[in-house]
Amino acid sequence: MNRLGALLFGAVALALGIAAAPALAETPKDTLVVAKNIDDIITLDPAEVFEFSGGEVIGNVYDRIMTYEAEDTETLVPGVAESYSVSDDGRTITLKIRPGQKFHSGNPVTAEDVAFSLQRVIKLDKTPAFILSQLGWTADNVDGLVKAVDELTAELTITEDFAPTFVLNCLSAGVGSVVDKKTVLANEKNADLGYEWLKSNSAGSGAFVLKSWKANETIVLETNADYRLGAPAMKRVIIRHIPEASAQRLLLEKGDADLARNLTPDQVTGVAGNADIVVEAYPKADVYYLGLNQKDERLANPKVRQAIRWAVDYQGMAGSFLKGHFKVHQAFWPSGFFASLTDTPFSLDVAKAKTLLAEAGYPDGFEVELDASNTTPSSDIAQSVQQTLGQAGIKVSIVPGEQKQVITKYRARNHQMVLLYWSPDYMDPHSNADSFARNPDNADDAKSKPLAWRNAWDIPELTKETDAAVRERDPEKRKDMYLALQKKIQDDSAFVIMFQSTEQVARRANVKGFVSGPTFDTVYYRLVTK
Amino acid sequence: MSGRAWLLSDTPRSRGQARLGRAYLGWLAFLENPLAVVGFAIVAGLVLAALLAPWLAPGSPIDQDLGRRLLPPSAEDWFGTDELGRSIYARVVHGARLTLYIVVLVAVIVAPVGLLVGTAAGYAGGLVDTVLMRLTDIFLAFPRLILALAFVAALGPGIENAVIAIAITSWPPYARVARAETLTLRNSDFIAAVRLQGASPLRIVLRHVAPLCISSLIIRVTLDMAGIILTAAGLGFLGLGAQPPLPEWGAMVSSGRQYLLDQWWVATIPGAAIFVVSLGFNLLGDGLRDMLDPKRQ
Amino acid sequence: MAQQTARPAGASASLPPAVSVVLRFVAAILLTFLGLTAVTFVIGRVVPIDPVLAVVGDRALPEVYARVRAELGLDLPLYRQYWIYLENVLAGDFGTSVITSRRVIDDILIFFPATIELATLATLVGVLLGVPMGVVAAARHGRWPDHLVRLLGLVGYSVPVFWLGLMGLLLFYAKLGWVAGPGRVDIFYEGLIEPVTGFMLVDTVLAGEPHAFRSAIDHLILPVAILGYFSLAYISRMTRSFMLEQLGQEYITTARVKGLSEARVVWRHAFGNVMVPLVTVVALSYASLLEGAVLTETVFAWPGLGRYITDSLFNADMNAVLGGTVVVGAAFIGLNLFSDLLYRLLDPRAG
Repeated sequence: MNRLGALLFGAVALALGIAAAPALAETPKDTLVVAKNIDDIITLDPAEVFEFSGGEVIGNVYDRIMTYEAEDTETLVPGVAESYSVSDDGRTITLKIRPGQKFHSGNPVTAEDVAFSLQRVIKLDKTPAFILSQLGWTADNVDGLVKAVDELTAELTITEDFAPTFVLNCLSAGVGSVVDKKTVLANEKNADLGYEWLKSNSAGSGAFVLKSWKANETIVLETNADYRLGAPAMKRVIIRHIPEASAQRLLLEKGDADLARNLTPDQVTGVAGNADIVVEAYPKADVYYLGLNQKDERLANPKVRQAIRWAVDYQGMAGSFLKGHFKVHQAFWPSGFFASLTDTPFSLDVAKAKTLLAEAGYPDGFEVELDASNTTPSSDIAQSVQQTLGQAGIKVSIVPGEQKQVITKYRARNHQMVLLYWSPDYMDPHSNADSFARNPDNADDAKSKPLAWRNAWDIPELTKETDAAVRERDPEKRKDMYLALQKKIQDDSAFVIMFQSTEQVARRANVKGFVSGPTFDTVYYRLVTK
Repeated sequence: MSGRAWLLSDTPRSRGQARLGRAYLGWLAFLENPLAVVGFAIVAGLVLAALLAPWLAPGSPIDQDLGRRLLPPSAEDWFGTDELGRSIYARVVHGARLTLYIVVLVAVIVAPVGLLVGTAAGYAGGLVDTVLMRLTDIFLAFPRLILALAFVAALGPGIENAVIAIAITSWPPYARVARAETLTLRNSDFIAAVRLQGASPLRIVLRHVAPLCISSLIIRVTLDMAGIILTAAGLGFLGLGAQPPLPEWGAMVSSGRQYLLDQWWVATIPGAAIFVVSLGFNLLGDGLRDMLDPKRQ
Repeated sequence: MAQQTARPAGASASLPPAVSVVLRFVAAILLTFLGLTAVTFVIGRVVPIDPVLAVVGDRALPEVYARVRAELGLDLPLYRQYWIYLENVLAGDFGTSVITSRRVIDDILIFFPATIELATLATLVGVLLGVPMGVVAAARHGRWPDHLVRLLGLVGYSVPVFWLGLMGLLLFYAKLGWVAGPGRVDIFYEGLIEPVTGFMLVDTVLAGEPHAFRSAIDHLILPVAILGYFSLAYISRMTRSFMLEQLGQEYITTARVKGLSEARVVWRHAFGNVMVPLVTVVALSYASLLEGAVLTETVFAWPGLGRYITDSLFNADMNAVLGGTVVVGAAFIGLNLFSDLLYRLLDPRAG
């Protein structure tokens, strides 16, 4: 037995030796570790980014023409631009660029870069391009309408009659990010304007530089010491993909992470007593909704759309597993902002839903698929919806997938029902009206693909109303128009809007300065200190 | 004569009595192995739970009650409630049905397939044997879980797809067992006798050889059950097996992960169920093998 | 987990046994690999997602669609498509991943080492602990060490790996803080370690970061322990089984009668004859760990090939799923057939 004894003894000694004095898990003072679910990122090219996590990254890596600064996320101010002036007919905006700005590569930020960035968005014509193309820019005319007049002056001419503030708002969206023309073109392949390269690299002038993006793993940002508003205190920001809220909480409690971004209300309750952890609530402009593909004749039936509205347990969810995180909101423009409709007429009424279904011609209900992300809170909301719709007779089977997969299917109109969220691209009601209440072309190959298009909802009348609302100059009249639009969408549409979210961010007590504004891309790491 | 004496009689009067007597002796041998009995009890428990689920757990396994979420085990909810207020006890008991369903479905597919392939290969010999055995070897070498993943990736998640995926990679061992048995039997006297009587090869294989392989197959199936249950639970854990709101144990462990820190029972109890059932099949299989093959330890 | 024990004998050959067995081994590998690629090819065709759309996007014009369809060879008869697919696979071309936008083969080269690191260390644990345990159990047959080893093995065959992993994380990380949490190193080392070999233990040393090395060990302990347990359950059972067979043989009785010490009889004689068949068992254990990694990696957020396959699955990234399947499948097949070969070479009854 001696040999065995020796072996065992050796193994135990080795194990003990390794286990002795476990290493400290605290993160260094100049590194911020964020635990977040980033499975929605498809790209980091500002001309293509249209997802939450991606938007957040480019908001920190690029500077925008107009922006909401970290110090005040409610006021629209010039960013890369220093000032602007508008011509008398309201159709030409002249931007003066701040002098002395540098890209991460060292190249100076010039009006040429500004013009190039906007032209690029139009020419590449990716998902968010509509924000700029609605101003009348096309691949043919954009080089003429958007140009650099001299080194620090750019001139933008629009072909539609929009209020100048609206145009400036558009320039504060992700597509208003200024990219380094020289660097981008140096990395271009097959005349793609740097599209392939910019997916996973950065060429910006923001507070941080993108060091690396490993899909579904990490994003590493490094400080830009020459940033125009001063270098960030954090030398590195690491955003680690942690899909489970419980794992995020664990990392936070152990000090392996500084911020946990996706804690569910259960986790929040769990850390309540922990003196090292503080939970902040940031009201957001995100709305959660069910999309009903109108290509499906059952879902296109108005009575069915009504029935579904009465078969969702809004209060039950908001009062239990979504508590503190979501509140019931049933209009497309989130509350707390100008012209939002705060009525919530719908609640769970299974009997009513059943009656409506019978009137629609489906007394025994029908079967339908619901695409939903397979992480919390979507998975729980999906199961609750499945339950209550089931009580009314509609048998829902949940199709799980990662967020980007759900989004991809949705954008291809390949869904039946989908559970998703929407955040405005800029803080004007038109951003959401444009998505929910406007569908200029319902064909499969339409140029413009708002949410209404994704659900194949053909609405020529509502489109006209939305167009009129964005051009209305009188604020009071405009407000009424948006209230009316929201009421119409609320009463009957391809959307069942359910919640508005509040982001609950849990941080280690020593981490200060994290900013999370109303939209998905007004999340800033620049002011964080530890 | 007492019942026991009748069964144990050395001179049975009928075939039926002989058969019953043999079964009784086997049962007695089986009882001598306490672990095997435990295994048998567990498996019997599983079957009973599956059959009598609505009576053993009258509450619904899928009805949510958002006001009673994440409650710890108590007199009212023996295993507590999960994140949507459902009774975990009801879900575990009804989940036994799913587990049994999967296991039986897989067995029903792989055993006959393996039997046919194995006996055909063993009896025919030559080229048929080589080809079939090569085919068996190919499938035998496939990684079960990974292939199941690829399969489900193509066809979509769901309990039937999971069953097919598992079955496709599980049949080879049965073919081998059947073949080995067939090879032993092929040259025996009674087969020669039947052949002399003019029976066709098909008849010989189906009516005479195959039935004799069954006991080995049963042992093999029982031993494999644990592996199949674990694979199915693994697929459920990844979200690829039975879809919500079905109470599949692996999926329950997965959704319980979120609450592991404070409400450990949501993930722990379904996992324990998987463990106990696998253990039961392993013990039972070991016991059966020992009983029918006393040379092995 | 593999539970194969003895293999039934095959037909005898006319060539010298060793040569014929090796030849058959080579043929088996080729055939099985062909079979694997055939299966993955079929699975890839069964997918309801349009592969052309995946390349051209949903806005493409009909002419572009038709052109790409022809380029992808989807107009060709099925067997020709399979041949092209096979050629690609042999060249290492599995297509491009939708999520990472890299070539799948590049992704695999990045993620596979993580899985190999886990499987290798776990098998090491399995061998270092499982073999002595099996020997002791056989030597003390019927007494409490035997029962203990059998019990441990039984539990190892019955407990779901993902559940054990979760329990381990709960106890040793969350409650006790004895080990590090999910991931291969502490998060803030991200981007600081140059991935030279892909093995964290090696790379941290090469990068000259002793603290990162320490962190890597802390993160390895729990998953290696969990996987190692499964490995030792299997290995100890097989060792015990082989040893019992040996200890029942005549030459052992002879050795005892000759007066040799029990330790010598057990270790020098019986174990000596068992070592080589054990290699086959170790190979099989390694193979099953590679396969089971899918579940462990999900629990421990381990960025290995198993997790890559699962993530790709939920993103309908068939190229990545199938590429990963072929690679793991090939390793699995290789190990299985290798152990088969060894067994047939060494066991005079088989072959």
